[in-house]
Amino acid sequence: MGYLARQLAGRTDPARDAGWEEPPSRKGFFTDTSICIGCKACEVACKEWNALPMDGDLDLTGNSYDNTGGLGASTWRHVAFVEQSQERISAARESGRRLVDLGMPTVGSPPASPEASSRGVPAGYGTLPAPPEDHGPSLGELLSQKESAENGDLGTTLEGTPMVGPLPEFRWLMASDVCKHCTHAGCLDVCPTGALFRSEQGTVVVQADVCNGCGYCVGACPFGVIERRTDSSVSVTGDGHVPNVGVAQKCTLCYDRLSHDQEPACAQTCPTTSIRFGARDDMVAAAQDRVAQLHEQGFTEARLYGANDDDGVGGTGSVFLLLDEPEVYGLPPDPVCATSKLPEMFRTAGVAGLGLLAAGAVAFLGGRR
Amino acid sequence: MTTSPFDSYRPPEEGGRRRRSGVRGAVTGAVSDASRGMAKGRTSWLSRDGGGRREAPAVPDAEFSSYYGRAIIKPVPWKHEIPAYLFVGGVAAGSGIIAAGAAVTGRELLRRNSRLTAMTGVAVSGALLVADLGRPERFLNMMRTVKLTSPMSVGTWILSGYAAFAGATTASEAARMVPLPERGPVGALARLVQAVDTPASVGQALFAAPLAAYTSVLLSDTVTPVWLESRRELPFVFVGSAALASAGVQLVLTPIDQTGPARRFALIGVVTELIAMHRLEEHLTELDLDEPVRTGAGGSKLRLARALTVAGGLGTLLAGRSRVAAVASGLALAGASALTRFGIVEAGIESATDPKYTVGPQKRRLEERRDRGQVHDSVVTVR
Repeated sequence: MGYLARQLAGRTDPARDAGWEEPPSRKGFFTDTSICIGCKACEVACKEWNALPMDGDLDLTGNSYDNTGGLGASTWRHVAFVEQSQERISAARESGRRLVDLGMPTVGSPPASPEASSRGVPAGYGTLPAPPEDHGPSLGELLSQKESAENGDLGTTLEGTPMVGPLPEFRWLMASDVCKHCTHAGCLDVCPTGALFRSEQGTVVVQADVCNGCGYCVGACPFGVIERRTDSSVSVTGDGHVPNVGVAQKCTLCYDRLSHDQEPACAQTCPTTSIRFGARDDMVAAAQDRVAQLHEQGFTEARLYGANDDDGVGGTGSVFLLLDEPEVYGLPPDPVCATSKLPEMFRTAGVAGLGLLAAGAVAFLGGRR
Repeated sequence: MTTSPFDSYRPPEEGGRRRRSGVRGAVTGAVSDASRGMAKGRTSWLSRDGGGRREAPAVPDAEFSSYYGRAIIKPVPWKHEIPAYLFVGGVAAGSGIIAAGAAVTGRELLRRNSRLTAMTGVAVSGALLVADLGRPERFLNMMRTVKLTSPMSVGTWILSGYAAFAGATTASEAARMVPLPERGPVGALARLVQAVDTPASVGQALFAAPLAAYTSVLLSDTVTPVWLESRRELPFVFVGSAALASAGVQLVLTPIDQTGPARRFALIGVVTELIAMHRLEEHLTELDLDEPVRTGAGGSKLRLARALTVAGGLGTLLAGRSRVAAVASGLALAGASALTRFGIVEAGIESATDPKYTVGPQKRRLEERRDRGQVHDSVVTVR
């Protein structure tokens, strides 16, 4: 694919496309929602490090434990809380099984870890998805104690291993959302001032001192991440100053910390390693390993979000492991970068513009009296 | 799907049209999102099955899930300045073409009036655009760069180029209207302005076409469902609207013996806009996205705009005989154009604030691709 075509759609290396020569590896997050405990330490660490003001008054939303609402100008990490009944868990598992049956693409090389398959039996739901090995109690141990209770037909894993426990009657989904740092970032494409730029790590960052607050990026983000800071923001500093009012703001993937070989504040503070930071290739590989592990343990509902470089935004820098459909977490099910359609739009507008000139010519010359 | 023997007593469902009026809340008994004031002052579409005020329907029309009914995407934070700019910029662009035609065919009054209209329009446009910025004092940052992937950057340069030519033709008109000395620096300047009249007039007409058309790309190059999905029809709606609005303004300002071409220009615009708008609605209906353009504040503006367009178009047919008819139809056309711009912008913003317009079409196109066996481009993967 040519240089120009690569700029708008398809798989590519965004840092090189942006003109960086010899860039370091592309950085990204892997957010494993199956081990998120909803502590919101990431939200706090992000607010602290980036000195973000409050969004507005302190309100209770009534939406489970989520009083943050969503990502915005002053909220760059957002922990979603979803409460699900057994029926919804079952539906999530079915949709996951369907994804496998559809033959969803395997990204990169299949993880195929022989070590994983030997640890497998028996499989099934404890009360929570099992944490990865070395980070908590082994699900195998927990479940082997219940082995004697195994007598009913509770279904099988994808590999056909019988499950040992029933679906829980209730579960809590918790997921820390963040800017996706898309390969083809709509916000970056449409920014008319060049305030948004592609960093050498392949991330997308706003220069607050350049942005003039046109608000175009807000409408161009397929994930609803970037937002213009309004004067309803409330300062949390002693001097009452709210920085960058009227300017578009979003996660920088801690560009300042990355420049000093530090990891982003949210990833460093996450107590369960639900948020992991590193080279994007490593993050995608870790995500694949983890989803294979969960499938083997019977959590058929596990799936990856953003790991596919052929999707509508060319893959995201922030990869997620989800336990239900994306829209359940407030993520779009089929995000597309609008700029991928830009050549087509300019062509149509060109035809319309020529038509207008022709109409003028006909009006004046066609019916000359 | 039949879930109960009593289902057979229900009237048959309407074929073809799929209506989704509700979503399945993320939690049993979805909770209204009071803190953000998402539905201030009116009943939220979400609270129909929750909030404790009413009994939830026995069978929720579960089409898709959402996260507490919160919007997935964010609407552009544009206020009324932007649709006002779309209208005024359209008038300015169309007036540039009318001015060039009038200059070629020797219609003095039409040329003068349309040139002054164009200059006024372009000045007001600039003011409106600056006023809508979050940091108006930094408006010059638009000129830092030329960025072809940003319709706003491209548009800024189109508007600047148009403004330069409009400034030259306006100066030429001013030089004609004000008696100037033949000699001295003022006289030399007047002669220079007269000399560049023709090239400036041509340049103004050539920049007018992209000025009228680019605003459709400006809207479509966002993820706002209604704007993105009407990308094939919107350019024709907007150039038609620009033509009929600018011609309408000249029907008001200029005597009828000089506005013959403007009337024809208006009629071409009316026909173009009506056809394009009809196709836009048809296309959105196919995608089940037509609610925002048919209902609500945006929908009623668009309905009124259509009525005024038709009325103005019919009036234009008679406008050659009566100045009163010309003024009335001119006002109707200009009003129709303004209402169209406001209606389109409001419908788009409405479509961005409700997650059903984001999730519904996306899930359907995903399902269609999966049915065709096309799974390589899904954002969700397994293994």
